[in-house]
Amino acid sequence: MASSAIKVRSLKRTFITPEGVDLRLELGSAGSRAAAFIIDLLIMTVVLVVVTIALAWMAVPGTDQVMLVLWLIGFFILRNFWFSLFEMGSRGATPGKRFLGLRVVARDGARLTGAAVIARNAMREIEVFLPLSFLGAQAAEGLADTFLTIFALLWSGIFLFFPPFNRDRLRVGDLIAGTWVVQTEKAGLSADLVGSAYQPRRTFPPAALRLYGVYELQTLEDVLRNENPEAIETVARTIRSKADLPDDGDDYGFLSDYYAALCAHLEAGLMVGRRRESKFS
Amino acid sequence: MNAPLAASRDTPLVNATRFRQAHEGDWKRLEEIVTRMEKRSIRTLSDEDLLELPALYRTTLSSLSVARDTSLDRALINYLERLCTRAYFQIYGVQTPAWRQVTGFFVRSWPEAVRSLWRETLFCVALTFGAALLAYLLIRSDPSWFYSMIPEGVADGRDPSASAQYLRSTLYDGPKGKGDGWLGAFATFLFTHNSQIAIFSFALGFAFAVPTVLLILYNGLMLGAFYAVFAAKGLGPNVAAWLMIHGTTEIFAICISGAAGIRIGMAIAFPGRASRIESSVEAGRTAATAMAGTVIMLAVAGLLEGVGRQTITNDGLRALIGSAMLIGWLTYYYAWPARRGARGK
Repeated sequence: MASSAIKVRSLKRTFITPEGVDLRLELGSAGSRAAAFIIDLLIMTVVLVVVTIALAWMAVPGTDQVMLVLWLIGFFILRNFWFSLFEMGSRGATPGKRFLGLRVVARDGARLTGAAVIARNAMREIEVFLPLSFLGAQAAEGLADTFLTIFALLWSGIFLFFPPFNRDRLRVGDLIAGTWVVQTEKAGLSADLVGSAYQPRRTFPPAALRLYGVYELQTLEDVLRNENPEAIETVARTIRSKADLPDDGDDYGFLSDYYAALCAHLEAGLMVGRRRESKFS
Repeated sequence: MNAPLAASRDTPLVNATRFRQAHEGDWKRLEEIVTRMEKRSIRTLSDEDLLELPALYRTTLSSLSVARDTSLDRALINYLERLCTRAYFQIYGVQTPAWRQVTGFFVRSWPEAVRSLWRETLFCVALTFGAALLAYLLIRSDPSWFYSMIPEGVADGRDPSASAQYLRSTLYDGPKGKGDGWLGAFATFLFTHNSQIAIFSFALGFAFAVPTVLLILYNGLMLGAFYAVFAAKGLGPNVAAWLMIHGTTEIFAICISGAAGIRIGMAIAFPGRASRIESSVEAGRTAATAMAGTVIMLAVAGLLEGVGRQTITNDGLRALIGSAMLIGWLTYYYAWPARRGARGK
């Protein structure tokens, strides 16, 4: 298959640990990055509203000034340091990012420093807050003419569409800070498809095992793990007709036996240094 | 799914099976420890777990390498990749304790970052005073220049047509409409407002530093314009003292944040030998540290302006405090690190 095209578009990136193993990190997609940001904005708004109401409620005559000072400082910290404080923590993620399984990582594999986190988040000022507050202030005064609105939209547009238009999905802040955002999902260990014990299996003629390579084997693995009856039936029919084998009515059994046999066959090739990537090679 | 049958009398058919049988226990153990660390913290681990963790991590990493080369079970490789990544972040992604980060910032990173920006800072200081001098000369020759430089709302009546008496009152009386009780809120407002400007001038450096330079230039023009208005009425030294008490800290902070923006803009425009990305990362981290420091400086300036200036009305004392602050900052940034380095040797 078009493996080169897959590599270019894929979000997997080389990331070598000090032990010299490539972890192949997966970058967060633009969609999940945007979703995380929106979640953070929502939480920030809720926090702001709750704190404002709480302060207004607690204020008794004579303490108004204290409340105002607290509010001003609180607003300042919320706006400028919400992201930084969370990302400097051990999780490397704001609540929104955590919810979507994202994490901020230094691109060079080193420890994420406070300076990098502050740099990537201070850039948010010109990416999001500047055009918004600019537009908001002008609109409040009734001065937001068409030209100004277009300008503000263009300005935010440049920064908004920066991530989808570069290979590593970097925000301007990521670019300056030398960070990127990666996906860190959990994955359970799935069951072993072949099984450990001896069991009677169908045998396949050598010609049937020479049909496919690793790519097809792993696609077959996905089909077997997904257990979608239609897909299993279609795949079984295709393999039978290609290998010229009779239909015995048990599609899943046929496919899992074929998977085991093909896997053993290809692994035997690996042992002698022959890795067959796909049916075309 | 094929459930493993009880009677095993043959060697497993494929590597993945053999591999899973040999190491699954270690993987599960690592997964359990890592999950616990992610959920709570490293403190919940027993000594036994802590000792085991590095060994388990290395075993799993080598499992991953072997699996990639010998096994074709994609789900297995995915599982190992994710598990190793999670363990890697728990082991290597650990942050330095907060207190050490904070002391490191004050003792080392902050003064060093500011010191390394000395050329840009000097440029910003020169730009501020150059612009101030220009505004001063222009307004002294033709006062109508004032109105094209300063918006009416900012001037608040302090323009060339104001009387000397009114001008004097703005220097020594508190801000209009705000009693003594509001000094704290006033100081806080000044601090957050100025810090926002400092952060902007850092971030705007990305546009090849042009907006940052304009911001600094305008700041200088305003300074010169006000000075000209007061100087024309013979209040020059008075307004200088009024500005100095907080201005030495505030203008210095604005110059440093401007310098931070210029560093970023220059690194992007003229990366030199390094690649454009490398040079902007290097510049971005230094500049961000310096900018975080200016937020602290501006908090100090806000206190001096909002509280100090409103309560201290003696010109000599105002000038003294301003000078002391300036000497303090200069020593902290430029003299102290050098001395520390000398002691280190």
